[in-house]
Amino acid sequence: MNPLPRRAAVPSIALLLLLAACSSGKTEGPGKGTPVPDVPAYGDAIVEGSIGDVSGFLAAVTTDASSHEAAGYVFNGLVRYDKDLKLEGELAESWEISPDGKRITFHLRKGVMWHDGAPFTSEDVMFTYRRMIDPRTPTAYGEDFRQVKHATAPDPNTFVVEYARPFAPALASWGMHVLPKHLLEKYPDISKSPLNKKPVGTGPYRFVEWKTGEKVVFDASPDYFEGKPYIARVITRVIPDQATMFLELKSGGVDIMTLTPPQYVRQTETAEFRKSFNKYKFTASGYTYLGFRLSHPFFKDRRVRQAIAHATDKKALIDGVLLGLGQEATGPYKPGTWAFNPNVRKYPHDPSLSKALLAEAGWKEKDGALVKDGQPFEFTVLTNAGNEARAKTAAILQQNLAEVGVRMKIRTVEWAAFINEFIDKRKFDAVILGWNITPDPDQFDIWHSSKTGPKELNHVGFANPEVDRLLDQGRSTFDLEKRKRAYFRIQEILAEEQPYVFLYVPEALPVVHNRFHGIVPAPAGITHNFTKWYVPAALQKHRVQP
Amino acid sequence: MLRYIGRRLLLTIPLLVGISLVSFLMMHMAPGGPIGAGTDLNPRATAESRARLKAYYGLDQPLHVQYGRWLGRMATLDFGDSFSPDGRPVAEKIKERIPITLTINVLSMGLIFLVAIPVGVVSAVRKGSLFDRISTVAVFTGFAIPTFWLALLMMILFGVELGWLPISGISSLDYESLGTLGKIADRGRHLVLPVLLAGFGGLAGMSRYMRSNMLEVIRQDYVATARAKGLPERTVVFRHAMRNALLPVITILGLSVPDLLGGSVIFETIFAIPGMGQLFYQGVMSRDYPLIMGILTIGAFLTLLGNLLADVGYALADPRIRQG
Repeated sequence: MNPLPRRAAVPSIALLLLLAACSSGKTEGPGKGTPVPDVPAYGDAIVEGSIGDVSGFLAAVTTDASSHEAAGYVFNGLVRYDKDLKLEGELAESWEISPDGKRITFHLRKGVMWHDGAPFTSEDVMFTYRRMIDPRTPTAYGEDFRQVKHATAPDPNTFVVEYARPFAPALASWGMHVLPKHLLEKYPDISKSPLNKKPVGTGPYRFVEWKTGEKVVFDASPDYFEGKPYIARVITRVIPDQATMFLELKSGGVDIMTLTPPQYVRQTETAEFRKSFNKYKFTASGYTYLGFRLSHPFFKDRRVRQAIAHATDKKALIDGVLLGLGQEATGPYKPGTWAFNPNVRKYPHDPSLSKALLAEAGWKEKDGALVKDGQPFEFTVLTNAGNEARAKTAAILQQNLAEVGVRMKIRTVEWAAFINEFIDKRKFDAVILGWNITPDPDQFDIWHSSKTGPKELNHVGFANPEVDRLLDQGRSTFDLEKRKRAYFRIQEILAEEQPYVFLYVPEALPVVHNRFHGIVPAPAGITHNFTKWYVPAALQKHRVQP
Repeated sequence: MLRYIGRRLLLTIPLLVGISLVSFLMMHMAPGGPIGAGTDLNPRATAESRARLKAYYGLDQPLHVQYGRWLGRMATLDFGDSFSPDGRPVAEKIKERIPITLTINVLSMGLIFLVAIPVGVVSAVRKGSLFDRISTVAVFTGFAIPTFWLALLMMILFGVELGWLPISGISSLDYESLGTLGKIADRGRHLVLPVLLAGFGGLAGMSRYMRSNMLEVIRQDYVATARAKGLPERTVVFRHAMRNALLPVITILGLSVPDLLGGSVIFETIFAIPGMGQLFYQGVMSRDYPLIMGILTIGAFLTLLGNLLADVGYALADPRIRQG
């Protein structure tokens, strides 16, 4: 690798200074045999690779991951998820929930300033709430806020919301970024305000510039309420191609990115790579499933679904699709989190058991194929085009099912057509899709029998009175133990019923240049303490002068 | 001539309206819509929020009303605002992408002409020679090799191994701090690989075209006459044959006008170039109707303009056509 940063993130005069800094002969400099002192230091820049460009900085009106990530540097919510995916206060120092569970009182942090110097108060929270329910705001996230019956800001540091009935997911909805009233008041439509392009927030980083399709630059906010971040500058570069991004990483043009399983397993296991980079691995918040249309004549029968689960070789899927970097999914929750029930019925790969279950359901083997009432067991699985992992999953499943005499055809369709023509119209036999797993376990929209209408998310048509009741119970109490009991039971029922064959939970595979210290891997990933990451003075690569 | 040009220009107006109408209908016939990107499979998006978003973008109106509105705005050259969350004017989005796409296309087209014309001429003059055969293989190799693959190989060689050229993007991170010369040099270094690769892929068409034109012309009687007059071969080839063989190139140039602003999605994705190809691709994928319509209209206009320019240029260059 080239020792000098050829595409250094150095504003103004910095390049020469950088060279000078390298050769200024600090006593503990690298290459002198003495280890670099590992003490936090301010400075340096981190260059992130991102597949997609930002589409706006106001998270209320954007829906893509790149935009939300970028907005996270500049804005804060009242609450956030900590490293263990538990809610903690951010702009709210603390909160109280009334005994009947209907009222939440947030006590806001004092002395917080917007990046332009104006004070942050409960008026800003109130303004954000009003804009979230305003029909002129083009947001997809208004629903949680429309549940609020009444909101008040009794004093600058207190914000109170009342709900018609206790609603547990409500608390997490206050992670929505709080908007500066004094800057946005005069814009009836916040998406058209200049702040959507040049954000001003309360977060750890201040917006510097956004070059569309190229990069976004942020500088550390010196008066951030949790202390000035060590890394002085964050540059997010848009590199739409994974292979290109990886080459940029190797040549020093990118410091942090997410690896694909082949990159993680095959392309980074060299001594040279390890010399400069640290790889991390943690359970991703998502799972892939094979979902059945439950009104389909074949899949109405629970035994058939269980038979397909037994025919599925999840280990082969994980090895083939993820190169081993994942774990078997047994239900819709993330392994290791509080809502995850490890003791549900499992479906080990067992073709003979699968065949027995199919025979029990009336499927008889005839010339190597299964037949019932003169009809062969043949169906089509749909998945969206362009998702390589899902296409591979389909191919392996096809082979698994052929072993028990089930013929599965594969069809891939472009995303919008897939959703509108097939999923929404329920025109499918089975689908391979994935869900993100949110830290709050409420999955009312996915499993409740009332959510089977067009555009609603229970597209497989799952209906189970006990699950309906438990879903209601789980979301209407803040008592963690009660919620846990409800969700554990739901997982037992889902495992028994197999409306989906839950396939796998992949690993997230970030890689970071090893001059960045202070990274603490946790269930929430690695970026939860980003403001505490640092580069020891002697290792700093970019000289940033704000 | 001027009357002819004027008439042709007036004719483009109904043509443009027709093209835009067809584009508009096709776009709306495609499954999905602008609000799907954010609300499909989104547990937090309800039927109500979907209806609100539809009304917000005017998608609740009948198609003819939507088209009428768009046409009305277009009449004042207003492309409207993009449906993407940034809600920026379409004209602004297109404007910021044009310089880089135009630069790459002009440079690579220049490269193609510079290399392909001489290659084609020499191949024709020495038909069947070793040069002819080697160049044929070379240009077709360029045509056949998947560019994305070649691009990655070049990036590994020049970017990672040798470290001579930047891998992707259009400027270094310290671009703003460079002087004017430094900026030009930096931009140039970023453009080397994309331009070379875009040019390499386009050599085959142009050089083959030139070669067959030249073969055609060289058989003509006037070339035989020129030779019979005892003119040196150079003069025969370059003054008499090549000038005539170049005439059809005017047509190609005219037809290339719309290509100047059309970027290649694959190319721009691999090299992380924020150009027109990516803009259009993202527009289509997210069903950003105003953006799609804007780009299609510009493309249609440039195509019509290119055809007109080609016809006029041809008339100017070729007296036979001028009189006809």
